[in-house]
Amino acid sequence: MTDLNKDTFCLGGHEFQSRFILGSGKYSLELIKAAVENAGAQIITLALRRANQGGLANILDYIPEGVTLLPNTSGARNAEEAVRIARLAREICQSDFIKIEVIHDSKYLLPDNYETVKATEILAKEGFVVMPYMYPDLNAARDLANAGAACIMPLGSPIGSNKGICTKEFIQILIDEIDLPIIVDAGIGRPSQACEAMEMGAAAVMANTAIATAGDIPAMAGAFRKAIEAGRTAYLSGMGRVIEKGSSASSPLTGFLQEQEASGNE
Amino acid sequence: MSKNNHINESILSDEIREHQKKNRIDHMTYLPGMEVIESDVMDQVLAAMNAYDYEKYTDSDVRRALAKDNRGPEEFAALLSPAALPHLEEMAQLAQKETRKHFGNSVYMFTPIYIANYCENYCIYCGFNCHNKIRRAKLNYEEIDKEMKSISESGLQEILILTGESRAKSDVKYIGEACKIARKYFKVIGLEVYPMNSDEYRYLHECGADYVTVFQETYNPDKYETLHLAGHKRIFPYRVNTQERALMGGMRGVAFAALLGLDDFRKDAFATGMHAWLLQRKYPHAEISFSCPRLRPIINNDRINPMDVHETQLLQVVTAYRLFMPYAGITISTRECARVRDNIVNIAATKISAGVSTGIGSHVEEVEDKGDEQFEISDSRTVDEVYRDLTRLHLQPVMSDYIYV
Repeated sequence: MTDLNKDTFCLGGHEFQSRFILGSGKYSLELIKAAVENAGAQIITLALRRANQGGLANILDYIPEGVTLLPNTSGARNAEEAVRIARLAREICQSDFIKIEVIHDSKYLLPDNYETVKATEILAKEGFVVMPYMYPDLNAARDLANAGAACIMPLGSPIGSNKGICTKEFIQILIDEIDLPIIVDAGIGRPSQACEAMEMGAAAVMANTAIATAGDIPAMAGAFRKAIEAGRTAYLSGMGRVIEKGSSASSPLTGFLQEQEASGNE
Repeated sequence: MSKNNHINESILSDEIREHQKKNRIDHMTYLPGMEVIESDVMDQVLAAMNAYDYEKYTDSDVRRALAKDNRGPEEFAALLSPAALPHLEEMAQLAQKETRKHFGNSVYMFTPIYIANYCENYCIYCGFNCHNKIRRAKLNYEEIDKEMKSISESGLQEILILTGESRAKSDVKYIGEACKIARKYFKVIGLEVYPMNSDEYRYLHECGADYVTVFQETYNPDKYETLHLAGHKRIFPYRVNTQERALMGGMRGVAFAALLGLDDFRKDAFATGMHAWLLQRKYPHAEISFSCPRLRPIINNDRINPMDVHETQLLQVVTAYRLFMPYAGITISTRECARVRDNIVNIAATKISAGVSTGIGSHVEEVEDKGDEQFEISDSRTVDEVYRDLTRLHLQPVMSDYIYV
């Protein structure tokens, strides 16, 4: 029997049991704590640009203690800006974790893989635990791995679209080919899609909009937790095969070999 | 032509008015010093606007537009047409859904600061115009500092710096110094000042500003000519190309607006959306936003004007912007009352001002209130009051979601 308690994954030398990474934007601040608790999340992302110091409604005041804060570089339009934001984040959040987001497309918010690789290379050398958000391209993923990324975070579909894993086949290639944890980020709109990512062999799932815009936020966070655990358990259990069309004969093409043996030599 | 040739035209006879008209400078010709950029965006906007015949859209066009996932100009055109009015509730519900998907329940708060009201333009509908006998004033740096410090104590972290449009009285360096002072107290600095050249935007960006708002007022050049009689603002193409020059100068975001009701509001709203859409395609990194000011219909006006922008029409425009460009910011003006603002912010708007005064030097008592207001506001709520009201709507007030890099 698979024991999920012993099933951890590793990011930059840190072990995590929960495979659910929660975003913190788009919420009413007072609901963040309940969402984290119900999600059982151990990592929560935070846009450094939201982490205002002082002023009204400081998001940092609402993130529960004991959770690993994962600042992201949103707002960066190129590698240089991402590096500057990451260094600031290290000072403010007192953490080496950094999620790289380099975006210069205001419509779909699609990440720029080329600039992301450049930023990853610089920050990994500076000792950051670099978690790059990327478009699922195998070559870019290999470059990120070589540049020192701690994991790869391919998008399922555009941020906030809740469209699910539109890039499924390509994420599967990353899971099969890259020896780093693959964390599916962006686009996951419902628990079944989170479950699907985990069944595929993703190491973890990140979600924000799907939970932040739910009618009952804590309940939806709990639903995602269960779906992720179910998907992970299914993956570890070894998935059964899928019959594509109708039933299948056991050996439709090679069955004749047995017939020949049974009938003896002609 | 000197400024002194301009007088209040409403008192003139038709003959003299005709004579005056002939003496006005050509509103389509750039003045010396105005940067001309290589761009066909204005031509595309005007062509699209001229071709827009909103009467031809039918109920089924609107239904198709509503059902579509990624909406383009044709869907936007249908949603702005009179045929869409019976679908306004559905538009609002869809708009709310899109807003939540892209912004969650975050609503950004800011306040404008008017640092000067000198103006060289003669816009017949504006309180700041150069022929209006109002008290003119300009804050010095010390006064700007005091005002900004006082505003920042309310907890706000975003400020919009405004001047009247006088390059002589409020030059680029003066505005740049105001930006530098603002950086001491705020994280986000926007500008709503006279249009300038891209190198000047680059300078102001270096001083800390990252967002530029310019209202086009109307995209109809013929109408524009009759409303903007003198000053730099009279030059239509220079104003239309402002947002592009700002982006070329390195600004992160630009805001668009037509003053709805000056001309045919459907065409103006369509042109505003097209302008934003075309620039976003040309500059994919640009952060795009809309403002939605309107001229209020005159109460008890016995002639019902189909071009009047009532609350229904305003909501149609706002929701059409949202459904066309779900990722764009939308700011709701203090020209609207608290009821309208709270409802629109719950549906589609993402930014709201609070603690607003449009006068000069009116945020602290030590700074003498010395300049008259541009317009009367209809929502006088303080920062705390707006904050509380947003929270009641289950919206999350956000003071800053931005980092200057």
